[in-house]
Amino acid sequence: MMESVLELLGPELYYGALTPALKIAVLLFVGILPVITYLVLAERKILGYIQVRLGPNRVGPWGLLQPIADVMKLLVKEDVIPNRAIRWAFILAPCLVVGPAFVIFAVIPVGPPAAEPGGLDLFITDVNVGLLFIVAMATIAVYGLIIGGWSSNSKFSLLGGLRSAAQMISYEVPQGFALVAALLLAGSMSMVGIVEAQKAAGVWFVFPQFLGFFIYFVAGVAESNRNPFDLPEAESELVAGYHTEYSGMRFALFFLGEYANMIVISAVAVTLYFGGWYRPFPNVEALSFLDFPFLPAGLVAVFWFAVKVFAFLFVYIWFRGTFPRYRFDQLMDLGWKWMIPLALLNIFLTALFKLVL
Amino acid sequence: MEIVVFLLFALLALASAVVVVSHRNPVYSVMSLVVTLLSLAALFVLLGAPLLAALQVLVYTGAILVLFLFVIMLLNVGRETPSGGTGRGQKIGALVTAAAFGLVVISLLWGRFVGIEMPALTVEYVALKPLARTLLSKYLLVFEMAGLLLLAAVIAATVLARKVGKSRGETV
Repeated sequence: MMESVLELLGPELYYGALTPALKIAVLLFVGILPVITYLVLAERKILGYIQVRLGPNRVGPWGLLQPIADVMKLLVKEDVIPNRAIRWAFILAPCLVVGPAFVIFAVIPVGPPAAEPGGLDLFITDVNVGLLFIVAMATIAVYGLIIGGWSSNSKFSLLGGLRSAAQMISYEVPQGFALVAALLLAGSMSMVGIVEAQKAAGVWFVFPQFLGFFIYFVAGVAESNRNPFDLPEAESELVAGYHTEYSGMRFALFFLGEYANMIVISAVAVTLYFGGWYRPFPNVEALSFLDFPFLPAGLVAVFWFAVKVFAFLFVYIWFRGTFPRYRFDQLMDLGWKWMIPLALLNIFLTALFKLVL
Repeated sequence: MEIVVFLLFALLALASAVVVVSHRNPVYSVMSLVVTLLSLAALFVLLGAPLLAALQVLVYTGAILVLFLFVIMLLNVGRETPSGGTGRGQKIGALVTAAAFGLVVISLLWGRFVGIEMPALTVEYVALKPLARTLLSKYLLVFEMAGLLLLAAVIAATVLARKVGKSRGETV
């Protein structure tokens, strides 16, 4: 069937427009959105387990239909825009949080490039500045929080927005530095190149880059405003922070962005430090049964990638169930006085290691 | 196709740049500046320099303008207050800048007219490796001087922000 479509459209339209569009649609509607929907349920269930209670269990068997019910509720809820709010900014803000998070998936490889020309690459695009692209897009999201907080015309929202600005700027620095060290080790900024470099080195970069990974992930938790760094929406101090005045679907969009960001941080961590789509120990022949030879190779690649990402998502939820929230000055201390010097030390050590080798 | 994208982002950059200097509310000005810089990043991509585009978004829109916005909101600056002056200095500055810009444009056009070929901005200049190599060899002195300047600025800011005789005995 695809051959006849290729003939009909010609190679330029087929490879230039149709294939990417289909990939984006599949990634969004089969991958990310269902995962986010059920991530919410998984979070409530796991938190329930941690806190020795049941979690949602009324809608459908084991509460499996709970997220569907939640989404329906949010979609039909009244959407209130405060009277004195700055209307266009109020509407724009949630989009600014969700958009960049989704755009980043364009450069994240969930599988290997095509084996033969004309085959299917398991990523949307592989740009040679992939890593920088991710960092750059991630910085746009902070505008969503600031503008949302400012346009609501409420002091709690404004304070939440300000906190998120300070927090994000502070933690972008160590995160960027941690990525620089991984980049030095891989010798490439292309996400596919970094995964291949790990296979060639025969070791996940998390081992030589343990410090870097630690800094990256902690900064990532802060960047996605999750516990224990959820200061911008600290409900005991700020009612609900930057989204105090939001309701209905616009409120839900902020959370869609937050969960999409969690997946982005996890996916980047997997790609950079945990060998991307390859099975554990890709060079050890004895473990080749982990490649499930009876299944198509692309499917196995996506499977391993997904397993690793889900492991990280679990850690996120685990954090939320375990750690109390930081105080704001502690957050700043940690960022500027510990993470940044540590990240610089990490770059120095990595460069030294590269030089000696 | 390319010309459409170019015109779209060029016009967007110009229009939002006009808003930056003409709007009375500083928050709107900063947000327009964000649009300007993002449009410029799009133009960089169009020129075949994705590295510059990514750095533009990362450094300017992602860090510096967020800081601008942060400070403006923290100080709660509302509408612009008249400074009391006539704004003559501003007008002179604007005229000088416009003249300088005009000079650059004219010299470029003149070069084209008399047949001086400007080197095109190709991948050999703007990809990561050649760019890094040029910065750290040919322009090393300038590069290090810029770094030193930034370091001096950081130290100066720290000294200025320091409160002497704080009760905790610790200076931030």
